[in-house]
Parts: sequence; C-alpha cells; structure tokens
Amino acid sequence: MNKTTLIILKTLVWIACLYPVAVLVYGAVTNDLGPDPTKTITFSTGLSALRLLIISLAITPLRKLWSRLSWLIKFRRLLGLFAFFYASLHLLTYMGLYSYWDPHVMVQDVLKRRFITAGVAAWLLLVPLALTSTTASIRRLGGKRWQQLHKLVYLSVCLGLLHYWWQVKSGVTTPLGLTVVMAVLFIARPVLDWWKARKAAKPSPA
Amino acid sequence: MLIRKPDLISGSSIPSSEITPKEKWLNRRSFLAGSAAAGALALGANRIAEVISPSKSAMAAGKLDTVKSSLTTTGEEPTTLHDITNYNNFYEFGTDKTDPAKNAGGLPTRPWSIKVSGLVNKPQTFDIEQILKLRPLEDRTYRFRCVEGWSMVIPWVGYSLSELIKLCDPTPKAKYVQFLSYFSGKVEKWAPFGYNWPYSEGLRMDEAMNPLALLTVGLYGDVLPNQDGAPVRVILPWKYGFKSAKSIVQIKFVDKQPPTTWNDQAPNEYGFYSNVNPDKDHPRWSQKTERRIGQPFYAQRHPTLMFNGYGDFVASMYNGMDLKKNF
Repeated sequence: MNKTTLIILKTLVWIACLYPVAVLVYGAVTNDLGPDPTKTITFSTGLSALRLLIISLAITPLRKLWSRLSWLIKFRRLLGLFAFFYASLHLLTYMGLYSYWDPHVMVQDVLKRRFITAGVAAWLLLVPLALTSTTASIRRLGGKRWQQLHKLVYLSVCLGLLHYWWQVKSGVTTPLGLTVVMAVLFIARPVLDWWKARKAAKPSPA
Repeated sequence: MLIRKPDLISGSSIPSSEITPKEKWLNRRSFLAGSAAAGALALGANRIAEVISPSKSAMAAGKLDTVKSSLTTTGEEPTTLHDITNYNNFYEFGTDKTDPAKNAGGLPTRPWSIKVSGLVNKPQTFDIEQILKLRPLEDRTYRFRCVEGWSMVIPWVGYSLSELIKLCDPTPKAKYVQFLSYFSGKVEKWAPFGYNWPYSEGLRMDEAMNPLALLTVGLYGDVLPNQDGAPVRVILPWKYGFKSAKSIVQIKFVDKQPPTTWNDQAPNEYGFYSNVNPDKDHPRWSQKTERRIGQPFYAQRHPTLMFNGYGDFVASMYNGMDLKKNF
C-alpha cells in the first residue's frame, strides 16, 4: 500500500472513530440529546467502545483469511485506543452523571451490582493494554510477552458484553448482535489456524 | 420507617430553574402542528381536517371537556407532549422507547369496552363512550416515576378509578382488582417472547379506591395517544410506572393477589406493590435519584421522594408493613 492511500485511509478511520463523540458534543451544545440525555450519552459511549473492540478483534482473522488484507494491522492500535477512549468516556459518564462523583456510591455500586462490577473490570483490563500500546513498549516487553499481555483484550470484551447483558431487562435481546459477531470471531481463530496448518501439511504435488 | 414529609402537592422541592420552560414545549408542539400540516398537504385535501385537528386541539388545550382538580400536582412544569409521546415503555409494541410511537398506530381504540367481572354485585361492560361521560373529566398533573430510574410530569385527564368501581358494587370478598390489557398477536406483533400476555396488573382494593388512582382517558387535554395506553388506562402516581396498566379491556375483582406481568417476569426485581421507594434499591440500580426526562444532562438528576411525593395521600394504607420486604 502506498503512503497516500494509507494517509487517506487513516484519516477516514479517525473521522469514523470520532463520529459518535462528535454527535454527542453537537447534541450537548444544541440541547438535543433526546428525551433522556444521560442515557443517550451512556448508551452511545458504551456501544462505541464495544463495537470498536470487536472491530479491532476482527483484524487478525481477516488477515489470516486473505493475506492481501495484511495491511489492516496498521489500524489495529488506533481502533483499540479509540475503544479505550470510549470505554473511559462511558466510565466518566457513570461517575459524573450517575454517582455524582460520590466515592461511597461508586464503591457500593461496584460491590453490589454485578453489571457494574463486570463493566469496571472490563475497563481495568484495558488500562495496561492502552499503556503498552506504543512501539517502544512492544520492543521493551518483547513481541511474545507483549502478545500474551494483549490477550487480555478477549477477557475484557467478554466482560464488556456480560456488562451489557446484565444491564438490559430480561427478555430484551439488543446485545445479541454484538455477541454473535464476537462468538464468530472467537471461533474463527482456531478454525483458521487449523485450516492453515492442514494446507501447509499437504504434500505438494511434485 | 422514616417517611419523608412530602412537599405535597406543590412539589416545591424542584427549583423553578430546573423546570422545562413552557415556551419550549409549546414550541415543540407548534413544530408538531407544522409537520402535521405538511403531512396533510401530502395526503390530499379531503383528509386535511383529520390530520390537523389532533395537533391543533393539543395546542388549544383540548378536545376533551375538562374541569380543574384539587388533586393536581402544581409547581412543576409538565414534560413536553413530544417526550411523553415518543419515550414510552409499551412492550407489546416493541421494547425500544421509540418503538411504541412508531408501531402503536394499529391499536383499534374504537369500538372499545371494559368488561368488569368477578366478585361484584353488578358485573357489566362499559363502552368507552360511556366511560368518557360517567363523571366530569379532570385535568390532573402527576409526577410519573419509572422503575428504570427516569421520571416525567404528566398532565393526565380522567377521574378517580373509585367512581367506576362504586358502580360495580364489589362484594366484601373482593380483596384485589386485576387489570388486563388489550392483546392481539396480530396488532402487537412486536411483543417479546417469554412474557405472559396479555399484560396483567393488580392492586389491593384500598389502593384501587384511593382518590389518587386515576382512570385515565386523556393527556394534555386531548384523548390518549395510542402509545400512551389509549383509549383508557389507570395511573397510580405513587407507584412505579409499570403498575399503571395501559389499554385496559378487563377489570376483575378477586379474593387473591392476582398475577402481574413484571412480577412474574422477575419477582426479585419487581414486587407486587412497587411503591416508589428511594430506600429500596432495584437489584441493578439505586432508586435514590431519578433522571427527569427533557432536562439537560447536567441538571437531569433529582432526588426520588417516598411514594413519589404522594405520601400524605397513600402512606397510611401501608401502616405497619415492611416496605422493604413488601416492595
């Protein structure tokens, strides 16, 4: 991929990633965030975080499937960091608009409400990943250890989805779509590895 | 238990600075009237009158002939008609808040009747036109608190449910009242699976006879929009919103506590009584505060009042009861 295409694509990804927060800022300024603005902000930031995490997880399977897409790796860090950005906004929304910065309320919520426990755990797991996202960190940790550390993202996205399922009322199935996509991505990895191994093991016709 | 003295019925605990200015909802409504007019042009001349009149009457305080009520909550600006009609929980028409406004158009509100049966001396069927004329229709503004943690201030139209109950003459054996909502899998094809349809709700007899319990036929001086439970529902302002059954077709007087939809669905989350109670958390969130619909995000949160602020009228019905157990 040439440099110009890369720059154009990166710009487009930045715009796409900033779009949800831009909509919220515009809505806040024009006082047009719907009937329940607090909920609009909470839902939008949480959904954006989960979507971006899942998109970032799709990159490796896609690269394994089509080697022509290997350039996608250049976008994974950006997507992951934006996911962390939205997860942090989501957490700040809870702290500011639900608990009103009251540490007592926050502690009680984390201890008592499993969907909040899961959500906070999901965010905490993203923190070391965001902190070690630089190329220098990869070098310092060594590729293998870095990769092992970053496997935490799977746990984080699972906890994030659990947080979503536990928050909705029984009978409501809105988290189903993201859950199915994530399940497909989880299964895709071992399946693709197995398929590649089989292909490599086949004796080439002499 | 400590019951907070409610600032009844003035609701003076809400500073006037936090209240939706009247011009705002008026503006929204004139906007609605504008869109209705535009729609009318598209539909053709013969239907203009039909399309314009609902919004017009909403603007000019009403199609229904109403009288003032002493049981109205004052001092709080009502939520806009737009928000009351576009932010609904009416699961038969979909689980998203915006679904009922989109999907409830097919609810057949005429002809409509309520069949009253069970432990009454005068079982009978009331036609909706009869219900509209039974008693003078009162304008009653009540706070409305949803169990999900949001609230509105809604100018309902109706009269006390007790007026209808008296006409049916319940026997002394009648201890509870059950309300059944309209249900049709064809009309309400959005109803999620795993629920016991039709929607069922219930009250103890004394709760049903409380003057605050409102048999509701209108909103903002006009007939109830479909998504708000047309053509007739109950409103119980001291209880969480789901207790206030919509689009009622049957009222049964019974001797045992009737099954109620949300209690069946998740008994640990939704009790039979479901009185608004800031001291009893929902398992998944606190009920100490609420988000007032239509207010900006930085000023949306308000303290929730015991019995939603209606304690002077209803607290005595629960004397001696542990309201944390009987939630």
